[in-house]
Amino acid sequence: MSRWDSDFVYAFKRSPVACVSAGVVCLLVLAAVFAPWIAPLNPFDMAALNLMNGFTPPLAPNAFTGETFLLGTDDQGRDLFSAILYGLRVSLFVGFAAVALAMFLGVFLGLLAGYRGGWVDTLIMRMADVQVTFPSILIAMLIYGVAQGLIAPDNRGDLAIGILILSIGLSEWVQFARTVRGTTLVEKEKEYVQAARLMGLNPLAVMVRHILPNVTTPVLVIATITLALAIIAEATLSFLGVGAPPTEPSLGTLIRIGQDFLFSGEWWILLFPALTLLLLALSVNLLGDWLRDTLNPRLK
Amino acid sequence: MIYTLFQRVIQACFVLLLVALVAFSMFRFVGDPVQGMLGQEATSADREALRERLGLTDPIVLQYARFVLNAVQGEFGVSYRTGESVADMISQRLPATLELALISGTFALLLGIGLGVFTAIRREGFVAQSIMATSLVGVSLPTFLIGVLLIWVFAVELSWLPSFGRSGVVDLGGWSTSLLTVDGWRSLILPAITLGLYQMTLIMRLVRAEMLEVLRQDYIKFARARGISTRRIHFKHALKNTLIPVITVAGLQIGSIIAFSIITETVFQWPGVGLMFINAVYFVDIPVMSAYLLLVGVVFVSINLAVDLLYLVIDPRLKANASEGHS
Repeated sequence: MSRWDSDFVYAFKRSPVACVSAGVVCLLVLAAVFAPWIAPLNPFDMAALNLMNGFTPPLAPNAFTGETFLLGTDDQGRDLFSAILYGLRVSLFVGFAAVALAMFLGVFLGLLAGYRGGWVDTLIMRMADVQVTFPSILIAMLIYGVAQGLIAPDNRGDLAIGILILSIGLSEWVQFARTVRGTTLVEKEKEYVQAARLMGLNPLAVMVRHILPNVTTPVLVIATITLALAIIAEATLSFLGVGAPPTEPSLGTLIRIGQDFLFSGEWWILLFPALTLLLLALSVNLLGDWLRDTLNPRLK
Repeated sequence: MIYTLFQRVIQACFVLLLVALVAFSMFRFVGDPVQGMLGQEATSADREALRERLGLTDPIVLQYARFVLNAVQGEFGVSYRTGESVADMISQRLPATLELALISGTFALLLGIGLGVFTAIRREGFVAQSIMATSLVGVSLPTFLIGVLLIWVFAVELSWLPSFGRSGVVDLGGWSTSLLTVDGWRSLILPAITLGLYQMTLIMRLVRAEMLEVLRQDYIKFARARGISTRRIHFKHALKNTLIPVITVAGLQIGSIIAFSIITETVFQWPGVGLMFINAVYFVDIPVMSAYLLLVGVVFVSINLAVDLLYLVIDPRLKANASEGHS
C-alpha cells in the first residue's frame, strides 16, 4: 500500500505534466458536472433562444440585440459557451460509461478465462484475437449500425446515447481481458489462492476477493488510456452523424455543426468545441501515459 | 515450415468464416430482408413467395453455407436503400479508396522514415525536439479534426486546394483514377495527408526509437572505429536494421488506413467504400454493411497472414521454434 500513500503522491508532485493534465481533467469534469449552474443559458431551452442573436462573434455585442457572449453564438443564437459545457457533459458521460462497461466486461471475461482455463479460456481469448484484428472504431460503427437496425425507428433518438455507450464499450474490452487473464494465470497457482479454494470458497468469491485485488493497478492504467480512446471514438462517431442525437449534442456533434459554417466565415462555431475536445483528449492521454510509466513500466 | 504455413492459413480461413457468420447473422436477423425488398404495399402471400424463393425457409446452416458460397463468388445481394447490386456499388467505389490509401500510405512511410532518422540522428537539436513535441499533439488529434483543420487552412483561408470531392477522374476501362490529372492530385492531397498523418507519426516514433537502439550497438561503434563515414553508418548500417519492425508495423497499419478511410472519406466527401459504409450505417442498409464487413475482413486477415509469413521468412529463430511444434 505504500506505493499509493507516499511514492505515488511523491512521483505525482514531481511531475509537472501529471499535475497540469490532472488539473485540466478535473477542471473539465467539474465544468461538465456543474454545467447547469455554470452555463449562462440553457442551450436546449427553445424559449430562451433568440434567433436575432445568431452568429454573434465572441466578445462582441450583437448588431441587433446588443447582447455579448463569451464565445459567440451559433446560427440559432445559442450561446456557444453553454453549448460546449453541455456537450462536454455528454462526451464525458459517454466516455466514462463506455469505459466502465468495457472494464466490467473485460475484467470479468479475463478472470473467467484465466481461472477456468480449458475451452472457456480458448473461446474467450480467440474471440479477443479476432476482435483485435479490426480497429475498434470500425467495430463500434458496426455495433451502432446493427443496434439501429434492431430497434424501432421511433425509439432511435431516445436510445442513441445508450447505443453509443454500448458500441464503444463493447469495442474496447480486449485490452482489459488480456491483462487480467495474464495476472490471473500467475496468481491462481500461488498458495493463498490454493488455500482459499481448499477452504471451500466458491470460484466466484476466489476470483473477486482474492485474485481481483492484484489487477487493480494495471486495470486503472488501462482504464485511463481507454478513456482517451473512448472520448475520441465518441467524438468521431458523433461527428460522422452516427453518434449522439442532435437533441443532445456532444463535442463531436458541435464540431460537425461548426464545420458547416467554415465557408461563411463563422470560425468560432468550429474552433471552440474543437479546442475543448483537443484539450480533453490530450490531457487524459498524457495522464494515462504518466500513470502507465509510473505504476507499471512493464505495460509500456 | 510447411506445417506452420498450413496452420496459419487454416487459422485465417477460420477467422474469415467467423466474420462471415457475423455478417450472415446481421443480414439474416437484423431487419427483415423481405420487408426491405418488397416495400409497404406487398401482401403477405407475396412475402411468403419471396421468402420461399430466397430460401429463407431452409435450415439455417444451409442458408449460411449459401451465403458464404455467394460471397466467395462476389454476390452480396441488393442494397435496401438504392436497389443497386452491392457488388457493383463496391467495385465502382473501390478504386477511389485504394488510390487514397496508396497515396497516404506512401506519404506516411516516406516522411515517417525520413523524419524518424532525422530526429534520431539530431536527437538534441532544436528542430528534432520540436518535431517530437508536435508529434505528441498529432497523436491526440482525432483524424476528423485533422481533416477539418486542413480544410479550414488550405481550402477556406488560403483557397489553394478543393475542400471536398474527387475531381479530374479518368476512366481506365472499369478503373476510375484521379492520378492522371492535376485536378485529381489537387483533390487528393488533403485527404491523403489527413489519412496518413497518424500513421506517419507512428512510423516516425518507431524509426526513431529503433534507430537510437541500433546506434548503441557494438557493430556501429566498430564501424565508426573503422572510419566509415557517418552518412554511410546511419543509412547503410543502422537504418537497414531498423526496417524489419517498421515493415511489420507499416503492414499492420494498412488495415487501419482502410478503416480510418471511413472518417477521411466522410470529412472530404470522397466517393469511396468508406463513405458508402457510413451512409449504410446511417440508413441501416444491412446488405451494404455486411458486405463491407466481409471485404474489410478479407483485407485484414490477409494482411495479418502476410505479416506472419513474412516474419517466418525474415526471422530464422521463429522457423526453428515452429518446427519444434510451438509457434
